[in-house]
Amino acid sequence: MRDGKAMNAGRAWRWAIGLGVLYAGLIVLPHVLSFSQQEIAVFLVINVLLVVSYRLLTLTGEWSLGHVVIMGVGGYASALYAKEVGIPVPISMLLGAVTAAVVAYLLSFPLFRMKGFYFLIGSFAAGEVIRLLWKRFRYPFGGPKGLKLIPSFPDINIGGWTIDFFGPVNYYYLCLIVVSLSLFVLYRLERSRIGLTFHAVHWQDQLAESVGVNTWRYRTLAFVVASFFAGLSGTLLAHYIGTVNPTRFDVEQMVFVLIWAIVGGTATIYGPILGVVVLTILNEVVLRKLGLDEMRPLFYGVLLIGSIMFLPNGLESLGEKLRPRRREPADGNAEAKAGAVPEG
Amino acid sequence: MLDLLLQTSVNAIYASSYMALIAVGLVLIFGVMGVINFAHGELYMLGAYAVVYFYAENDYPFFLSVAIGLVFVGLVGLAMERALFRPMRGNPLGGLIASIGFLLILQTLAVVGFGVRMEHITPPTQEVVSLLGVSEVTVPLQRLYVIVAAIVCLAALWAFLRYSKFGVALRACAQDPEAAALQGISMNQTARTAMFIGAALAGVAGALTAPLVRTYPFMGHSVIVTAFIIIIVGGIGSLEGAVVAAILYAFVNTFVTTFSDGVIADIVGLMLMLIVLVVRPTGLFGVKDRA
Repeated sequence: MRDGKAMNAGRAWRWAIGLGVLYAGLIVLPHVLSFSQQEIAVFLVINVLLVVSYRLLTLTGEWSLGHVVIMGVGGYASALYAKEVGIPVPISMLLGAVTAAVVAYLLSFPLFRMKGFYFLIGSFAAGEVIRLLWKRFRYPFGGPKGLKLIPSFPDINIGGWTIDFFGPVNYYYLCLIVVSLSLFVLYRLERSRIGLTFHAVHWQDQLAESVGVNTWRYRTLAFVVASFFAGLSGTLLAHYIGTVNPTRFDVEQMVFVLIWAIVGGTATIYGPILGVVVLTILNEVVLRKLGLDEMRPLFYGVLLIGSIMFLPNGLESLGEKLRPRRREPADGNAEAKAGAVPEG
Repeated sequence: MLDLLLQTSVNAIYASSYMALIAVGLVLIFGVMGVINFAHGELYMLGAYAVVYFYAENDYPFFLSVAIGLVFVGLVGLAMERALFRPMRGNPLGGLIASIGFLLILQTLAVVGFGVRMEHITPPTQEVVSLLGVSEVTVPLQRLYVIVAAIVCLAALWAFLRYSKFGVALRACAQDPEAAALQGISMNQTARTAMFIGAALAGVAGALTAPLVRTYPFMGHSVIVTAFIIIIVGGIGSLEGAVVAAILYAFVNTFVTTFSDGVIADIVGLMLMLIVLVVRPTGLFGVKDRA
């Protein structure tokens, strides 16, 4: 028992140091990048939130094809609140994310009558309907060209020191803060009783039901929470680039989210982050340098097929595969395993 | 007004003919292998590009180009079966995701080979025939070809499934793969046959309609959406359902487009599918839930 506690403390320290180094790196990062790379870093941070929120949805076993449209709902809503209603931007962003969650809640009634492939196609259809509504109705959604001149994030004044969010560096920091907080919430949620129930709903839905878990309610909860954070990522995007349109949230973007999640793996929260970071770096650094812009989808296609066939658990499983089997002491093993799940 | 209704109906019959070809192929592949081929729209696109290459660019006769397109796309289907769907057997979601990857590859190859521009193909015939002796109700001969070819293909498929030994094996596999295997039916052979036929039907639809639609590398997207609506409404796994749903969808879509506009027609189609999914997930003709 004492050993287990010592190990726990040791782990916690290592975690704290690791996170500290990571964040030091993330804070320095924009200053070593070129302007266009800084912009990519902003999109990357936003996409991290998008793909991690997508993973929350997959925890209950459902793969949606409407997640990017839900992101767009957040972006459109926040843009309309700020532009047409005149709500100050940070509040409109929060309301935008709430709107995405409400839309997801309404969609959950028809969609969760379906499972598996039917859910996949149903979510795709629902997303397309929303996207076509944006395209069809010039008022208020701006039609095929979408909304332009979306108000940007307001300057912040701290004791006479003004921070503006027009350039990529400061907006990068803003996104980093918002996304970090969101990831923390999502991480805690998964480790909580609710998160464990999500896993139960996925792997043993009938058993879970038989012990009194309302699986419908938990699936809906996962969908609504995932949509809230997807919507939030949409608002971050909308107020940075200042324009949203239906093409920005089409099925092609959804395929990218799918690729990030599958290439990275969805068993842990790090998998999808790994996927989006590695693929973005590959995409922006390697492919752009080679000048193979046209060939990019081919590269993604090969990667997707290769990873579903040869690495079905994603990049995150690569470490486990390469690492030699760790020696497992006969005693204290149980504590070590218990220590892996934080209390609470 | 009656003329307009008749004319719209003729247009709807044309639309339903090639949509039925695509949807039936998709259902056939799903029925035997249990996998949804997301790249089916791209197989249609390949068929269209076969006509672009052989007929428009190299002056082969139109129907020879269509035949080449049929065989070529069928072979691509065989390759897909071997490389993607066979290793992924028993994992429908994996097969679906692999086909999404394949879709990206085919699109890129089309872009690299032909460019992203829209292809202009002069139809082999510009002739217009009037139907039912009413001069206001007309159909271009090219569209009539598509309708006739679709009926011939579907009738041939029906006869093949009904009477040939392969056809019986195919239906047996679709009903119960394990029992079929116990009877000595080769799963691989059956899957190959289904994949070849399913892909070839999409290819022939693309080849025949290439001069009539906008041919470009991303044309498969709207096709696959339509095909999904049709197979869901018809009942996934049901061939008769796919044909009936194709006709139903084509009529709804053509009439709404004519009397309102195209985007509304798309929304109506998707809503139709959502309603079917909610009210009767097995579709109009579906019997049992395999997905």
